[in-house]
Amino acid sequence: MTVTDVRKDPQSRTLTLEAEFDASAERIWQLWADPRQLERWWGPPTYPATVDAHDLRPGGRVEYHMTGPEGDQPRGFWEVDEVQPPHQLVFRDGFANEDGTPNNELPMTTVRVSIQEIGGGRTRMSIETKFPTVEAMEQLAAMGVEEGMTQAIGQIDTILDREADAR
Amino acid sequence: MSPCVLAQARDLTTPTYNRTVVPVRLTLDHDRIFGALGDGTRRDILRRAIDGEEGVAELASHYPMSFAAVQKHVAVLERAGLVHKHRIGRRKVVRTNLEALRTARRLLDRYEELWQRRVERMDQLLQGSPKEEDR
Repeated sequence: MTVTDVRKDPQSRTLTLEAEFDASAERIWQLWADPRQLERWWGPPTYPATVDAHDLRPGGRVEYHMTGPEGDQPRGFWEVDEVQPPHQLVFRDGFANEDGTPNNELPMTTVRVSIQEIGGGRTRMSIETKFPTVEAMEQLAAMGVEEGMTQAIGQIDTILDREADAR
Repeated sequence: MSPCVLAQARDLTTPTYNRTVVPVRLTLDHDRIFGALGDGTRRDILRRAIDGEEGVAELASHYPMSFAAVQKHVAVLERAGLVHKHRIGRRKVVRTNLEALRTARRLLDRYEELWQRRVERMDQLLQGSPKEEDR
């Protein structure tokens, strides 16, 4: 079991997920710091990500797009706030318009990544996702709300099986 | 918010035929929903219409803009499936589709799913990757 803990706190508008890996902190850091590795896990298999710019310094930007099965290309970007290799990364993740400019009408989430070795060759990574306001959460929640979601949750297993088969 | 969530939502909701909930919308149109929510007045209308007691004219009285402008906003929300018109006697009121305004909890669930999948992919990447000293 890679994911060891998940905490959801609507009050503080955060989701915290902890995972442990059989790898060094440096190796885990590379998953974020190397754009070629980042794009292999950032997007779902049906929407693979391509990292277009990757300036992992405070004040720097990471820009990416994903390519969907019908050729649609949602775009996003990070605004990097803190970088302490290989232990800490903080960035704000936002939506971009088709031309790559930030879509300021949609809220950004702040993602805080902590990476610590815990001995025995293992490393714990914690990822905290925080929403700026309750309104932003509601706005984002409302975007995904269509009735289909209820059934879709139940379809996750099917989709995962299909993904597994495709691999 | 990450476009990944959007992508994942599309991924997960391909079969959207709906038998149990309000048959308002059968297909997803995220662009439309994004667009509808991108405007402050429309978000405010959504908030007011949760009670579902006001028609377009009453809603319009809350805003320093014309009836026609408010009517347009309501139409945008309606096309996005975020509100519907409900008839009470001879009146037509605007109601927010609560089904369409799920709680923060639900969004957190979505994000959990997103990150769970990402961690799985990280794990696969780590297992399939060359030894550290080779890099």
